[in-house]
Amino acid sequence: MTQLLAKPRRKDPLQKTRAPLLPPGARSRTALGLTAAAAEGRFALQVCADCAAVIYPPRDACPRCLSPRLPFRDVPDGGVLLVETTIGASTDPYFRERLPWRIGTVRLDAGPSMVTHLHADLREGNRVRMTLQLDKSGQAVAMALPHQPTANMADDPQWRELTCDPKFRRVLVTDGRGAVGQAIAKALSDAEASIVFVGIADPWKPFPGEAALRQIARVEIVPLDLTDTVSVEDLAGEIGGRVDILVNTAEHVRPGGILARNGLVVAREEIELRYFGLMRLAQTFGAALRARGADGINSAVAFVNLLSVYALVNWSAYGAFSATEAACLSAAQSLRAELRPGGIKVVNVFAGPLDTDWYQTVPPPKVTPAALAAATVDALRRGLEDVYVGDVAEDIRARLAVNPKALERELGS
Amino acid sequence: MASSRMPYDGVVVAAPVTIPYRRYSINSAHWWIGRAVRGVLDRTGLRAGDIDGLSVSSFTMGPDTAIGLTQHFGLSPRWLDHIPLGGASGVVALRHAARAVQCGDADFVVCVAGDTNQVDSFRTMLSTFSRFAQDAVYPYGSGGPNASFAMIMRNYMTRYGPTREDFGKIAVAQRANALSFPHALMKKPLTLDAYMAARPIADPIHLFDCVMPCAGAEAFLVCREDAARDLGLPAARLLATIERHNAYADDAIQERGGWAVDIGELYAMAGITPDAVDFLETYDDYPVICMMQMEDLGFCAKGEGAAFVRGHTLTNDGSFPHNTSGGQLSVGQAGCAGGYLGLVEAVRQLTGAALGAAVPNARIGLVSGFGMITYDRGLASGAALLAG
Repeated sequence: MTQLLAKPRRKDPLQKTRAPLLPPGARSRTALGLTAAAAEGRFALQVCADCAAVIYPPRDACPRCLSPRLPFRDVPDGGVLLVETTIGASTDPYFRERLPWRIGTVRLDAGPSMVTHLHADLREGNRVRMTLQLDKSGQAVAMALPHQPTANMADDPQWRELTCDPKFRRVLVTDGRGAVGQAIAKALSDAEASIVFVGIADPWKPFPGEAALRQIARVEIVPLDLTDTVSVEDLAGEIGGRVDILVNTAEHVRPGGILARNGLVVAREEIELRYFGLMRLAQTFGAALRARGADGINSAVAFVNLLSVYALVNWSAYGAFSATEAACLSAAQSLRAELRPGGIKVVNVFAGPLDTDWYQTVPPPKVTPAALAAATVDALRRGLEDVYVGDVAEDIRARLAVNPKALERELGS
Repeated sequence: MASSRMPYDGVVVAAPVTIPYRRYSINSAHWWIGRAVRGVLDRTGLRAGDIDGLSVSSFTMGPDTAIGLTQHFGLSPRWLDHIPLGGASGVVALRHAARAVQCGDADFVVCVAGDTNQVDSFRTMLSTFSRFAQDAVYPYGSGGPNASFAMIMRNYMTRYGPTREDFGKIAVAQRANALSFPHALMKKPLTLDAYMAARPIADPIHLFDCVMPCAGAEAFLVCREDAARDLGLPAARLLATIERHNAYADDAIQERGGWAVDIGELYAMAGITPDAVDFLETYDDYPVICMMQMEDLGFCAKGEGAAFVRGHTLTNDGSFPHNTSGGQLSVGQAGCAGGYLGLVEAVRQLTGAALGAAVPNARIGLVSGFGMITYDRGLASGAALLAG
């Protein structure tokens, strides 16, 4: 049984903050197929298109038939732990300060053997469930987990190194005026976040759900207006060094395409809140997040963007809005690169239309704020980087993978 | 079984050269390799112009390959080889060179291996050792070969039952051999108690199961037997060789090496049986690999390595002299030169030129090479039988 994680004690401000180091991140381009799978929480290996051999490590020629056609495909994740070792000496500085570190060799039901990180509850001969995870370097690694859940399973230090579990972490939800922000605050509190800061612009103005929000355990309302640089700076000055996970819940959904806007007023508001708001958050909280990537049990781990799936491809019914979301997605990609030296994950949660007022006329299926919140917490617990929530988002993703041009036409008609 | 291969008649190995190892060096691999080539010239009286064949093995001479060394050293060979096979480099270089000499493609082939070891160069080498290591091993705790061989050792212990004491006996005997070998970096006697009490590196591998990376170079000359005689060089004859790569790829964890595929042919080609071998030089990156070689080279059956080790004394004066200079475990692992160490030592023993304790009446020696763990197992293996 995994040792229960101890709640971190208040930090001694005189102690040096451990600087983040990254595990080895160099990979062949072919191996980045694993990274793509890990980002979405899929267990995919190369499967030979000619002879169906399942292949690992990643190759450019099939070791059975020399075929060069080796696409990554989801494969069964079961296996048996053949042998393990506990590393007590490492040449790499990242691992050196995390020793001892257990690895093992797993024989996959799908065929090949994998050298893998090991969950603490595993012993030789155990059935395992394999998963591909993004480590602090942002690249994929394999980890073997117990076949059946075990007690305190998520508290395993090697697993926690690969995830962004909210447990004992301090979270900032940037906008709590709406149903989404409130649902996210509730879900994070339920996930044992130690503080949930919830930003409210103009706190003197009442809003629906306020009473319930204030009732949520460990929620602390903070003044935050994402359209106001001074407001964001003030809050960062106060709590920036104590935010381990930032979830940007700011929404600005308005229907209509470019021609429907008739001027720039709405577009400006949209960009002010969504795109510039994201930049303000990144510029004020980003450096502290990056510096605290290895700061103990409650190290900084994630910057979460709630995005519309129409950031990936424009839906003309919400055309101007889609364009702003696309800008936010592009900024998130830049942030990913910029926060990586701290081992901070930038998590993009893509949802289709939500079951909220601004999508009133859109037919179902729609995503409820509670479902979006559950998916966000699940992504943090599993260490995902790209998440598609709900049937519409999954549908868009699938269509996009097959034929982006077709999807452009479909969404533009 | 009979061998259909052409014997290495008339080919000899001479001029064993070791450039004394150093833990760290500020010199380049080129410096170390150059000194070893010079050592062969000094020993043989040949001039650089006489060297018409060159075979080079090194991990740290980048960006150069063997061709760069010809200009660097002022050599103009008509036969050139580059063998980046780590622990199998010596045996493979020898068998290539032997055929070149035998066929007249070259008369005097200098085979040389050398590597430098600068502060932090070992870490750099591990992280870029192979594409599979980079993609699928090094990101997992970066334990290097220690972690990979720990899993091989643990599986071997579980499957066949040897204890740490059995591996300790191999390491302790090698240290005893090293105490009389002037170039060994490890000068302190090793007791079984100290072996057992050493700190864990990657369970079940502990400190004295591991080699120490260092800088150094080794070389020898391959030429015709009559040419060696004309130069007044004591030389060892080459009886037989084998080489095999990526054998038993379907074994989930490595329990045997490529020797097991070809061992019958090795003895058949030499026309001898294992009991005719007077001493064995295994590739000793870890004692478990020594034991695996004792099995796969036919001295005992698979799974009986521990009993074999228990039944013998492994020192130079013992019933089964093994790694007679102390091996890499006591001399140090100078990169690819580690794949030459046993071969160079065997030539010394067979030509009455042992630098340390001589194996009494050493007439036939078996040298084994093993190397290149690019993912989860050593891929390259080879062996050579030499006679004095």
